[in-house]
Amino acid sequence: MPDATGLELIAHELRDAHADSVIDTSFYRGRAELRIDPAQNKQVLTFLRDRGYSFLASLHGVDYYPEEPRLGVLYELLDMKEVDRISVKARVLIDNAHVPSVVELWPGADFPERETYDMFGVMFDGHPDLRRILMPEDYEGFPQRRDFPVGGEPVLFTFNEEQSYGKFQ
Amino acid sequence: MTTSSDYRRREESVTMSTEPAIRPDAEGEVAETHELLTLNIGPHHPATHGVLRLIATLEGEVVRDIRPVIGYVHTGIEKTCEDKSYWKVIPVIERMDYLAYYFNAMAYCGAVETLLGLEVPPRAQYLRVIHLELNRIMSHLVWLGTSALDLGAMSMFWYCFRERETVLDLFEMSSGARMHTRYIQVGGVMEDIPAGFAARLTKFLDEMPTRADQYADLLEKNEILLSRLRGVCPLDEATLLGLGVTGPLLRAAGNPWDLRKAAPYSSYDHFDFKIPVGTHGDNYDRFRVRHAELYESVKIIRQALDGLPEGPHITTDRKVALPPRHELATSMEALIHHFKLVTEGFRVPPGECYYPIEGPRGEYGCFVRADGSAKPARVHMRDPSFVNLQATAPMVKDSYIADLIATLAMVDPVLGGVDR
Repeated sequence: MPDATGLELIAHELRDAHADSVIDTSFYRGRAELRIDPAQNKQVLTFLRDRGYSFLASLHGVDYYPEEPRLGVLYELLDMKEVDRISVKARVLIDNAHVPSVVELWPGADFPERETYDMFGVMFDGHPDLRRILMPEDYEGFPQRRDFPVGGEPVLFTFNEEQSYGKFQ
Repeated sequence: MTTSSDYRRREESVTMSTEPAIRPDAEGEVAETHELLTLNIGPHHPATHGVLRLIATLEGEVVRDIRPVIGYVHTGIEKTCEDKSYWKVIPVIERMDYLAYYFNAMAYCGAVETLLGLEVPPRAQYLRVIHLELNRIMSHLVWLGTSALDLGAMSMFWYCFRERETVLDLFEMSSGARMHTRYIQVGGVMEDIPAGFAARLTKFLDEMPTRADQYADLLEKNEILLSRLRGVCPLDEATLLGLGVTGPLLRAAGNPWDLRKAAPYSSYDHFDFKIPVGTHGDNYDRFRVRHAELYESVKIIRQALDGLPEGPHITTDRKVALPPRHELATSMEALIHHFKLVTEGFRVPPGECYYPIEGPRGEYGCFVRADGSAKPARVHMRDPSFVNLQATAPMVKDSYIADLIATLAMVDPVLGGVDR
């Protein structure tokens, strides 16, 4: 992990390179995190990738209900040479959840971005094949959102078979 | 209504390969026309090692493109976790990657411990290492047995499952369950190892390397197996890194990345072991790397067992771990702690944590977001099977469909981990 000073240095360099790209930094329990402007995520991630954080270890979504902006997309980057990790967080509004896709930078972001779209409804602009991956293709709603109830689906019997997914057309 | 039909149309369109179906020969003449065939493999197929569906685009016998379709065993474990108190999450999170349950629990508990700022006693760390490495051996044995089965070596399956049985017996001895043991708890492990465990474990450790030698003798000199693995479906290191691949697949391509060495957790830096690395990144290297890891795991367990420190097996912080049973009869305070932990559970201060560990298939990274309540606000598992599955398509492109089966076996995806 970069220490708190190292994180500030990276944030400073990023702000110099791309104005207003870094909104905030946080350092908690050894985890360094940059909160960035979602529109500039590609520039920021390219910068970090060239700086050594070249491996995208994980990409996932978080719902910060009831705070706004509600949805968060987290990129966990790894520097294999320095054995260093940094997290990049882009938070977007739930009504306008658009983040540029990073599949061009890391082809391995394909499935994780599809999963985040599937679970949270974040649209990854520029993703080559953005469709549901884990849930049924005609599923409605985004189940990992905090306001999506557990057990909110009807249990299917013969009498309500018509309500089942894929049966209503 | 329209979304569904749109989807069907898109799905049909994406399976079409970008390769030209008609290729001119050296003189620019079109000698033969090859028609592309879209073949559906799975979701119920023994060679897919689970409920995995592959849409393969074939030109004759050659795979031009494959598309994995997943989600058939999606059970919403991450959603379920948000509805459970921290310690009750462990049994469900263990069911993600059902061959690496100790690793799932370890990644999750590690994340929660980091958020709590909790110190794990040395004995608990060593006990965790013993069980993690036993789990790695067990997972690799299942992989070896089923992969050999895919390649036509049937007896290998029985030999591997014989040793796996011994490991499961050991798990049963230490925790009472053979699978999904709930042994690793926040702050340590559930119970100390019982009397007689060490003796049985030592017997297994003496036995295992000779068994692994036998596997090598059976497989390494088998011409059929070698010709199906050697030089088949290699993928270079740079592509693998771009795809986010970790674990034995990456090490087979020559990158010695292993979190146990690179960023040691749970006292892994106390042990002396090597990291097997391949050179070509083909199926044979993938096979050899995993096979060599069996020996290294045995070495780690032996050292952990010999150097097992004395002390508590779980943290003495009563706000997190249950008090010992005998205290309940004598101590009012213990009773209160017990009641609070069982009814509400412990609270975790707000924060976020990503805790990566090295599992049998690669990096298991558990992301936990705590909001200050007794239930996690978000649990996400970066499962290596899910990420590694993306590498299958570039691996098998332009190889035979028979090699697709061999490669899928060597990628070793566990569908419970892919779909979660």
